[in-house]
Order: sequence, then structure tokens, then C-alpha cells
Amino acid sequence: MKRHWFHFSAPSTFYSLAGRMTPWFLALAVITGLISLYWGFFETPDRLGGSNPQKEYYRIIFVHVGSAWMSMWLYVVVAGWSALGLVFNTRLSYMMAVSVAPTGAIFTFLALFTGAFWGKPSWGTWWDWDPRLTSELVLFFLYVGYLALHSAIDDARRADRAAALLAIVGLVMVPVIFWSINCPDPNQCAALHQRSSMSDIDGNILFGMLGLTFAFWMYSFATSFMRVRSIILEREADTTWVAEQLQKEGVR
Amino acid sequence: MFRTFLVILRRDITLAMRRRTDVLTTLFFFVIVASLFPLGVGSEKEMLRFLGPGVVWVAALLASMLALERLFASDHADGTLEQMMLTPQPLSVLVLGKICAHWLLTGLPLVLVAPLIGLQYHLDGMPLAVMMLALLIGTPVLSLIGAIGAALTLGLRGGGILLSLLVLPLYIPVLVYGSGAVAVSTIDLADVQPFMALLGAFLVLALAFSPLATAAALRISVE
Amino acid sequence: MMEFLAQGGFAFYVWSCYGMAVLLLASEILALRKRRRTILARVGRLKRMRDAEEQA
Repeated sequence: MKRHWFHFSAPSTFYSLAGRMTPWFLALAVITGLISLYWGFFETPDRLGGSNPQKEYYRIIFVHVGSAWMSMWLYVVVAGWSALGLVFNTRLSYMMAVSVAPTGAIFTFLALFTGAFWGKPSWGTWWDWDPRLTSELVLFFLYVGYLALHSAIDDARRADRAAALLAIVGLVMVPVIFWSINCPDPNQCAALHQRSSMSDIDGNILFGMLGLTFAFWMYSFATSFMRVRSIILEREADTTWVAEQLQKEGVR
Repeated sequence: MFRTFLVILRRDITLAMRRRTDVLTTLFFFVIVASLFPLGVGSEKEMLRFLGPGVVWVAALLASMLALERLFASDHADGTLEQMMLTPQPLSVLVLGKICAHWLLTGLPLVLVAPLIGLQYHLDGMPLAVMMLALLIGTPVLSLIGAIGAALTLGLRGGGILLSLLVLPLYIPVLVYGSGAVAVSTIDLADVQPFMALLGAFLVLALAFSPLATAAALRISVE
Repeated sequence: MMEFLAQGGFAFYVWSCYGMAVLLLASEILALRKRRRTILARVGRLKRMRDAEEQA
């Protein structure tokens, strides 16, 4: 098993593996996405009553929650690959971290955008310094900082390692930052915001949410693999295996 | 190890005192930024009193962050930093010495001048004292966290702006609880204690981890 | 069908969200495809140059 693990940590072998897997991930993303959205739009009540009444616009929840969860998960993934890179000093780990980050940033932006468009009809305002939206905004800054640092450094090795360290510091700080935004007054931390619990949600809505989140996750695999393949080609341009690869793809 | 720390501390302070303007510019930036807000939002007394804690803290954050670039830049430029990294002493101790000197020269002046700013914002005696204490605990945390960013962006073009982008999000917890402490002290002094405890906890954690992270970042940047 | 598109009068908000999502995700894929083509072309050019050098 150990031999198998490190077999794919060489860019050359991972390149073809990623290439084969990408179309499957994309297909899975599209299919599960369509199914979840169909379910979310047609198998759910048009209006919600109860303690938190919502009208038809609540259907934004599927894309909003999905992108928000992905934005947070992908940051953890970036930090994870960064840690692997720093510990094992494997080039590919750094490349994967750098590949996942832009997709994470896009989901963060989407979460903010959809949050604003949900907020307007339901709360009456495009933006509110609500703890969750504010935390998401800070997460966006963390992503942008990571990407900015990596692109500001010309030397690939230094760029990789600096960004990796930043990602890990960021991950450690994220709970502190989120907690301070959520709980700015430690004297009265208990009562805060509408705590929506998962068990209260209608089953069909939950299915739509989880389903679209899964679709986004599959999509993330696909884009990360596509991006890492480009990065591998760029960095390994001098090698013979890339030369062979070019012949296979037909040098244009 | 403590001797190493003291040697570096004394060295950095001596060097900085030869260029006293650097220290003063940070201080004046703090004062100017804090003076801009009333010009921008109006000088109504109650509003200023309400805004005061937050404004002072944001100004302190910005001033602290601008000063960070100087932490490693000059040593890096003349090769001293590389020499420091080659010594047998643990790099984190050297780093801690530098950060300490940096704070004494840029953070501590802010703490001492802040009450004057507080008066401009119509804050009274007790909140002013709380503000000084909160800044006293908080500004070292800013220097410690900022040092990691300074080490990562060492020698990069566009370094200052990039540094702010990296470091300002990490400053948020200190900002929230620092200004919160002052805001709460205007209402009920007893409520200030948890804020101070949190700030103190941040300081302890930053002292423990930041020198190590900064040393790691330096090794990444200088190779 | 019309009911679905109207979304109870909130069509602007709902479809802006999903529209933005589709826009972002599709653009990302297209941008990645373009990046790959550019790199392949560039690496191919470099290789041809180097092969020509070696022969000369």
C-alpha cells in the first residue's frame, strides 16, 4: 500500500491519472447537480411557514449553502496539501494546494453573491454584517491573500513553500477569527443569531442542499485536476516524459 | 539563550535610534489616521464617543502593519539576516528579540499616545485606562502575527501592500476584542475582564508560536 | 413552466444566483481549457526550437 501511495506522487504518473479521472468527475458533477436542482425546485413546497417563514426565493439556499460549504472545505484541503508538502517535501502536494485554491475562492465569491441576493428579498438588505456573511468575507480575503502571495514570488519553490505556510497559519487562525466575529462580546455569547439546526429542515430541501454540495465537490475535483495538469506541464516542460506527452497529443 | 535575546534586542534598538524618524513616522501616521475619521464622518460628540474605540484600534492596526516592513528589510538587504540564520542560536530566539525591539519602538509609542486620541474622541478616564491596557496587550500580538507576514513577503516587490492583504484578516480577533473591551468599559467596567483574558490568551499563544512560524517563514524566504 | 420561471415574483433574485453560478463555473472550465492549450502550444514551440538547435 505504501508503494502505491507514493507511486502517484510523481507528477508524471499523476498527470495521466488525473487526466483519466477528470471527465468522470465532471459528468458526476453535472448529473448530481441536475438531479439535486430538480429535486430542490420541484419536490419542495413553494413557501415555507414556521418560525422562519420564507417565500419562493428560499430556493437560493441550494447554491448558497453548497458554495459556502465548499469554500470552507476547500480551504481545509488547501491547508492539508500544504502540510503534506511541507512535511514530505513532495512537489505534487504543493501543486495540488495551488490548484485547489482558485476554485475555493470562486465558491467563496459565489457564497457571498448568493447570500446577498437571498438577503435582499428576505431581510430587505443586500448586505448585513451578519457573523456568517462577515466570516465568509474574511475567508475570501484569506484565499485572495494566498493566491496573491503565491503569484508574487517568482521562484516556484519559494512560492510553494511560502504559500503553504500561509495556508496553515490561516487555517489555525480561521476558528479564532470566525469565533471572534460570531461572539464579539464574551459576556453574552450564548444568545446569537438564528441557529438553524439540520434536523429541522424538510427532507426534500436537505436532499437538494446535500446533493448540490456533492455536485460542487465533484466539480472541484475536476477543476483541480485540470489545473494541476497545466501546472505540471508548465513546470516539467524540460523533461522527456513531457516531450513524449506532446507527441501523443499532437504538437500544435 | 536569554543573553542572545538581549543582545539582539539591544542591537535593534540601537540601530533604530540612529534613525529616529522611522519611529516617529509610525506614531504620526497613527495620529493622522485617527484625526481623519471625524473629518470624514462629522464631529458630533456622541457619535465620536461611540466610534472612538474602533477607530483607535483600526488606526493602531494600520500603523502597526505599516511598520512591519522594516522588521527584516534592512537586515535582509545587507546580508545580516543570513548571518543570523547561520548562527548556532535558535532562530526563533533571535526573531523574538527583533520582534520585541520592533514593538518597543512602534507599538509601545502607540500605547502611550492613544489616550490623547481617546480624548479627541471624548472618552473618559476609565475607558482611556482600559484602552491603554488593551493596546498594551494587543499591540505585541499584532507585532508577533505581523512578523510572520513580514518574513513571508521578504524582498518581494509590492511587498507592503501584499503584506497588508495577508496580515489584516489575521488581525481581526485582536481588533474585535480590543475595541470591544474599550466599548464595554464605557458601560460597565466589570464586563471588561473576559475581553482582557482573551487578549492575554492571544498574547501567550502568539509568544509561543509566532517566533517558530516566523523562523520557518524566514528559512523559506532566504534560501 | 411560466410559474417555474417566475419563482413567485422573485425571478430576478433566484435566477441571478443560478446564473452567476453557471457563469462562474463554466468560465472556470473554459479558462482552464484555454490555459492548457496555451501551455501545450508554448511547450511544443520550445521543444521544436530546442530540437532544431540540436540538429544544427
